[in-house]
Amino acid sequence: MIIIGERINGMFKDIKQAILEKNPKAVQEWAKRQEDGGAHYLDINVGPGSADRVGAMKWLVEVTQEVTDLPLCLDSTDFTAIEEGLKLCKKPAIINSTSAQREKVEIAFPLAVKYNASIIGLTMDKKGIPKDADSRLAFAMELVAAADEFELPMENLIIDPLILPANVAQDHAPEVLKTLLQIKMLANPAPKTVIGLSNVSQNCSDRHLINRVFLAMAMACGLDMAIADANDDELMEVAATAEILLNQNIYCDSYVKLFKTRNRA
Amino acid sequence: MAVAILKDRNPSKVLEVTIGATKEQGGTRSHTITVGGDSALPFMHFEGSIPNRPVIAMEIQDRIPKWNDSLKSELGDVWGNPTEWAQKCVEDFGANLIYLKLDGSHPDEENYSPDKCAQTVKSVLEAVSVPLIVCGCDVEEKDNEVLPLVAEAAAGENLLIGSAEQDNYKTLTAACMVHKHSIIARSPLDINICKQLNILITEMNLPSDRIIIDPAIGGLGYGIEYAYSILERARLGALQGDKMLSMPIIATIGYESWKTKEASVSIDDYPNWGQQVERGILWEAVTATSLLQAGVHILLLRHPKTVQLVQNTIDELMKPNQF
Repeated sequence: MIIIGERINGMFKDIKQAILEKNPKAVQEWAKRQEDGGAHYLDINVGPGSADRVGAMKWLVEVTQEVTDLPLCLDSTDFTAIEEGLKLCKKPAIINSTSAQREKVEIAFPLAVKYNASIIGLTMDKKGIPKDADSRLAFAMELVAAADEFELPMENLIIDPLILPANVAQDHAPEVLKTLLQIKMLANPAPKTVIGLSNVSQNCSDRHLINRVFLAMAMACGLDMAIADANDDELMEVAATAEILLNQNIYCDSYVKLFKTRNRA
Repeated sequence: MAVAILKDRNPSKVLEVTIGATKEQGGTRSHTITVGGDSALPFMHFEGSIPNRPVIAMEIQDRIPKWNDSLKSELGDVWGNPTEWAQKCVEDFGANLIYLKLDGSHPDEENYSPDKCAQTVKSVLEAVSVPLIVCGCDVEEKDNEVLPLVAEAAAGENLLIGSAEQDNYKTLTAACMVHKHSIIARSPLDINICKQLNILITEMNLPSDRIIIDPAIGGLGYGIEYAYSILERARLGALQGDKMLSMPIIATIGYESWKTKEASVSIDDYPNWGQQVERGILWEAVTATSLLQAGVHILLLRHPKTVQLVQNTIDELMKPNQF
């Protein structure tokens, strides 16, 4: 399970403040903390209210890379900000994200190919998030076909079937799980899959429990990556254990410790 | 129409481990030997690189061993004299390394003292210039007295010393750390314990590129298929990036082969089985070549004729097969 640490996001007050004041302290602390927690990638999002999205993205990428060697996941709806960020990335990054809308795909996929990046494709278009698995899969198929068309290696396509909060859209979770299972049958080699895990528990009362249980369920359906809280220790324990139970990793008595400390070895 | 060969690409590889130390490196060996580094399944040269040839270490003992006539007829003249035995293996039989088994230290056998064992190791180091593997008698308490002294006496030589086990790894790991040797981590045909032991040893800060895995193989007809599946899982783990299963593998092939009934009983008892001499050699050679193809990096062998047969097989297996 690849964990993309979600914490460097202008939606959080401390990061928003850091961007405003150009003070890298909070950003760099979270970069280190998430690395210690076991993140494989760090998501970088300038947040909704940023006046200079391009400048903020460049600054975040730079100050993050000063303290960590982890690869980055550039999270923005503004492809100019993403491209400027990609230029600065030292390791192949992930573009987060494009919808299946044709105009966006035409910009985003060539960008991924140009910078040897992976790209997250959302199973939606401008009409919004579909209700059922079949419509999600239809978008997934369009993204797979686009990968072929733009010569993006299938391993670099990461499909996000879009999970919604359990308290407002309870009927979506089973559809997302069904979609995850079937995405793997769309192509050989299959595209990868990701979910924005914390979305499932947005505004719910026991968020961590919901995140953990859904992660295990999604992993059983073939999930490869999650944008998640890398510092939720128990979440990392669930990921480590699910890997063992899915026979993705060889058991040993210290498997949990090994999973958590793999960045420090 | 041309057939497209499906090739697996692996994100990771087996660790490289070097045994021995030259003068510049603080030892006295004429050269070092590096094993591992494979980035593909065994000998799948077309899918990755197999940078280092598997090597053969010939077993010698610090006492007169209770081995059968097939081995005695070839080696009996040097038994009881480990230095001459070592020289003969290197000079006459082409051993890449010497595997010195200190069975004479066994409390129920000659019960040699730790000092005497350390002396034997030093004399073998003086007699031959190839890197050395040294193992105790497998009685925990005695090994914990003998091996630290051996490690100290040969400080800086980067011996490969064995064996650490899950319930008894601290003493040997500490000795290898302090005196700059590499270690054999042995698990009882169990991939989970194998991984756990590697974690325990690295947690004591011995670097993972100074560990060799001994999965405790079974000989032909005696569980070799279990060894095969363990080796396969370990290699697949290593290639997928499991750092705690990425160490090269050593296998006690001579020991496991020659203790079998098939390698030892005489033709008088089993007229249909053929001559015992050839049978024993073939039993050892088939065990060795099977495990070689399963991914063993260091083969511990006894009979000179087996060594010759296996070296020929390694020559063939190391020829690049490109598609």
